[in-house]
Amino acid sequence: MPQAAISVEGISKRFRLFHERPTSVKERLLRLRGSRGEDFWALRDVGFEVPEGKTWGLVGANGSGKTTLLKVIGGILRPTEGRVVTQGRIAALLELGAGFHPELTGRENVYLNASILGLSRHETDLYFDEIVAFAELEEFIDSQVKYYSSGMFVRLGFAVAVHVDPSILLIDEVLAVGDEAFQRKCLRRIREFQAEGRTIVFVTHAIQQVQLICDGAVMLDHGQVRAMGDVADVIKEYRLVMLRRHIGFARRDLTRSAEIAAVELMDAEGESSSIVPPGGELTVQVDVRANRPVDDPVISLVIFDANGQFVFRTGTAEMRLGRLEGKLRVGFEMTSLPLADGRYSLTVGIHDRSERIVHDWHDQRYVFDVAGGLMEDSQIYIPVETRVERL
Amino acid sequence: MHDVLVRTNEAPRLRVFRRLSELWGSREILANLASKELRVKYKSSALGVAWSMLNPALYLVVFYVVFTYFLRSGIEDFPVYLLSGLVPWTLFTTGLQGATTSVVGGANLVAKVAFPHEMLPLAAIRAQTVNFFFQLVVLVAFLLIFGYPLVHRGILLLPLALAVLLVFTTALGMATSALNVRYRDTGHLVDLALLAWFWSTPIVYPSSLVRDNLEGAFSLYLLNPLANIILAFQRGIYGGVSREALESLPALGLTWYGMRLLVVGAASLVLLYFSWRLFFRRSGDFAEEL
Repeated sequence: MPQAAISVEGISKRFRLFHERPTSVKERLLRLRGSRGEDFWALRDVGFEVPEGKTWGLVGANGSGKTTLLKVIGGILRPTEGRVVTQGRIAALLELGAGFHPELTGRENVYLNASILGLSRHETDLYFDEIVAFAELEEFIDSQVKYYSSGMFVRLGFAVAVHVDPSILLIDEVLAVGDEAFQRKCLRRIREFQAEGRTIVFVTHAIQQVQLICDGAVMLDHGQVRAMGDVADVIKEYRLVMLRRHIGFARRDLTRSAEIAAVELMDAEGESSSIVPPGGELTVQVDVRANRPVDDPVISLVIFDANGQFVFRTGTAEMRLGRLEGKLRVGFEMTSLPLADGRYSLTVGIHDRSERIVHDWHDQRYVFDVAGGLMEDSQIYIPVETRVERL
Repeated sequence: MHDVLVRTNEAPRLRVFRRLSELWGSREILANLASKELRVKYKSSALGVAWSMLNPALYLVVFYVVFTYFLRSGIEDFPVYLLSGLVPWTLFTTGLQGATTSVVGGANLVAKVAFPHEMLPLAAIRAQTVNFFFQLVVLVAFLLIFGYPLVHRGILLLPLALAVLLVFTTALGMATSALNVRYRDTGHLVDLALLAWFWSTPIVYPSSLVRDNLEGAFSLYLLNPLANIILAFQRGIYGGVSREALESLPALGLTWYGMRLLVVGAASLVLLYFSWRLFFRRSGDFAEEL
């Protein structure tokens, strides 16, 4: 069994939230008896191991504790409970170009930053041209950093960081910056790191990146481990949690009291179709079968775009279906789809009014295309009647 | 395997030699941070480093004119006397002030990168030490131009005096920089303390003034570590100017100064240990408190 390069054992981290921090002695004395602020647990009993040479993704919503965990692993924050054991030199890329000074030139900042990240002057000399080439800043390296664009700044920061020679690399969402070409370059570099057998922990919102490069993943939710291990499982859980912001019935425990028997997509003529022109008509017909009598079910329909972004939701909540026994057919007739060109998917669910009890749901299983030659990048379709009058 | 690191909620204990070797391993950070400080200070200024020499040069000219022609201070060769105390004092005060604000000033670094935080106050003091040498150059030039003797036995005191001054400044700076993270009053307090300290140290007035007027209090006066350090600098620079100059200082021989330096140095080392320990224990929470 491979050795664990990072072993996180029951880590908790508490922050004190002062509504106004007592930063002076006087305030401190005044507050000695008063409230000392609230406790906020950013991490609660988090534990996992990253085997040597593996890449792990760290996912979770904003504020779920990802960055805090990375800082604890990187030795920037001290855990309140538990312990972290790491083996090997750590480089933490929490913010690219942290410590760059605007008044200094790119060259001076490279040397300063590299030394703080743990590179010797000699090593920096060796890598210098490579760093500059990677950042694509040959012409500007002797200009003061304050004249750099934010893209240039970040590129230089990343270039320095990836030339440090760590055995453990902690990366916090830094791949979200820069243009696409630079992102590809960064990903290539990460693959090189992987090939060299380095251990990587990788925080991201871009779930595709986790799928692409990680050997395992951990999902945090409000500071606790929600799922970990196999990438596919974690991503599934993550998607569920993210989905739940829009659709409360995105849950795993299904009663199966009622089931979605069939879903059909039809055009204006009632023919089965999955291609709709902008402004066209689409009917989604959902057949439901109750295995047991179900009280007051709601059938919901949700539309997502090709990127999995929520677009629209409708349902039978207003209709109060009452007690359901046997079969039921619901037709959602959308007489004019104001959607722009692209691929869309449908999620269908049967659940109770609170969305806590879920009988059955199909996640983005049905797909239709809107096609009709709208201008590229149109966001929606607006039906327009253009009138011209000569006066 | 190499570099096994275990981190828990316990405040790390300072093991001096182990920590020293860690700091030595990342000594390049120190050099780079210090040179950053100097570069940033003089960036986009036409005269650059010359500014740090102009300051004492102007002092010399003004004091020379004022005290030679208008005010008779009663101190022989007053500009030399003043500068031989003021230059090390400036190192102390700018070094301590720079160190005090260094951790708070390096907040973005502390919150984002793991590195030995001691480097921040140390770099501030190192940058001011470089300035100190520039100012020393001005003083030496002045001595040469006006034909004062430069080389005499007294200068043997200078390396020791500088070393003790640096240890003492570092000892205070470590503590104030760590405290300033939580209590931002520390910076103001230091400024105020330095003002009082300046007048409790023989820089603009001769120590003989205290000795002759407050007889019993002189030994108390000499409990001020800075007074001992500054006196040694004065013995080393000003003491060689003339017989009168030498006699205006508290003692003729070097032993008196040397012994005092050693005592202050030893006390400073003890102080340094405790303030370093304070710094080290607190440094784990810097990222959180900034």
